[in-house]
Amino acid sequence: MTAGSNLEKILKSGQKAVTCECGPPRGADAEHFRHKASFLKGVGDAVNVTDNQTAVVRFCSLAACRILLDMGLEPVMQMVTRDMNRIGLQSNVLGASALGIKNLLCLTGDHQSFGDHPQAKNVHDLDSVMLLHAVKTMRDEGKMISGTEVQGRPAMFLGAAANPFADPQEFRVVRMGKKIAAGAQFIQTQCIYNMERFTKFMDMANDMGLTEKAFILAGITPLKSVGMANYMKKFVPGLDVPDSYIARLRGVPKDKVAAEGIKIAVEQIHQCLEMKGVAGIHLMAIEWEEKAREILEAAGLLPRPKV
Amino acid sequence: MVIAEAKPVAEILDMIKDFKKVVVAGCKGCVTVCNAGGEKEVAILAAELRIARKAAGSDLEVKEYTCERQCDPEYIEPLDDLVADADAVVSIACSVGPQYCAARYPFKPVFPGLNTTSIGGAVEHGVWKEFCQACGSCIIGDFGGLCPIARCAKQLLNGPCGGSSQGICEVGKGAIPCIWQLIYDRLKNLEQLHKLQEIPQYKNWSTSRDGGLRTTIREELKQ
Repeated sequence: MTAGSNLEKILKSGQKAVTCECGPPRGADAEHFRHKASFLKGVGDAVNVTDNQTAVVRFCSLAACRILLDMGLEPVMQMVTRDMNRIGLQSNVLGASALGIKNLLCLTGDHQSFGDHPQAKNVHDLDSVMLLHAVKTMRDEGKMISGTEVQGRPAMFLGAAANPFADPQEFRVVRMGKKIAAGAQFIQTQCIYNMERFTKFMDMANDMGLTEKAFILAGITPLKSVGMANYMKKFVPGLDVPDSYIARLRGVPKDKVAAEGIKIAVEQIHQCLEMKGVAGIHLMAIEWEEKAREILEAAGLLPRPKV
Repeated sequence: MVIAEAKPVAEILDMIKDFKKVVVAGCKGCVTVCNAGGEKEVAILAAELRIARKAAGSDLEVKEYTCERQCDPEYIEPLDDLVADADAVVSIACSVGPQYCAARYPFKPVFPGLNTTSIGGAVEHGVWKEFCQACGSCIIGDFGGLCPIARCAKQLLNGPCGGSSQGICEVGKGAIPCIWQLIYDRLKNLEQLHKLQEIPQYKNWSTSRDGGLRTTIREELKQ
């Protein structure tokens, strides 16, 4: 065990893990965040807290993670290299560890031009791979990037993201391997809709031995509406939502679209879990946290195991 | 070379609205090559300013001069007499020029007539692109001779990120090629794809502007 988090224990016990996601609000409304998070209690093994996702200002991941801990939920703190340099990043990792956070997902982050402050300066002193390496080195060797010794090593279970659908296609697995080599112990993928391409991705990951070195959690985002499906297909780079899903959503009465979206998500969960090397599911029910339980129950993933 | 482009004339007119006599100073260096601040552009800007002010009922006298370069004190000197007789200077060199003018003429207002956009080059007639950010320690040898610092929106040393789609970067509305796709293609051609599996060292930014103002000293050339 490197951190002894619930997520680490479940994955290392060989059971399929489930992580959920909860985005902090665009303001200081902690109650709103607690309310959304309350739907995830007992639903996932850990809950990802996004770090100003899509470059939109929200209350910070670190504070939101601490709120989750107080609620008895285990957080996965997301951290992007867009907004802080190596001084700020390392400092926040140490502070997060001091507050009891045990899972860290290292990301580069969405470009600020997609967010609500497109005139912002970005930092990118490090990228996600270097952040992984930096935290691993602090944890395992007790040294900061500068070589300074840390007084109290941050015990973090380290994760990274992977997008199997971006280009160049044949390099996506290699890049995931790079993240694993740098320190990633678990991987949460981008939302999967194109099962064929994801299957190829997993085949390559198995062939390269990466599924022996890290736990891969397949990213699932239920489609709430036809509009959302179209948006994902058209505007999110690398996310190709197959027309067959869109046709299914269109083919049901309006009041049944959400139910059909959930049905699709459950099917996708089953398909992913059947693939060799998939160690669990990362359910990103975006602004739909209240449906996470229903989806996971239907997928047969509840109740969550105790380890 | 340094790439620059003209500021809107309205912006320049606003900067000099309180003055009656200005010098428009061009440069025969980079900005002549990128058609932003050479002799021809000096004449055009001077005419535009005169016409606009005449139309506004407040005549402006404009003197024109194009320096050999504006990044060498000796080439600023020929402006002395013109500036002595003027209320202000509009330099249409890269942003080095107005700063050299400001240093030479401590009691004259100096304004930039250009926006300096990048260190780059022409890619077709009328189109210039950025290629370098002058980080001070060139690493492009590790990346097939292409620069991820200047040419990746996130300055990734371990790209490409998830926003690379069919060779195009998600930033820039489809107009920017993903430099990481190009790096990948090039290393593939060179049979050096294994290089992309190595984790690069942390970048030392102290040689970039992060380390403070940079001064390049060549002892053997100093007098």
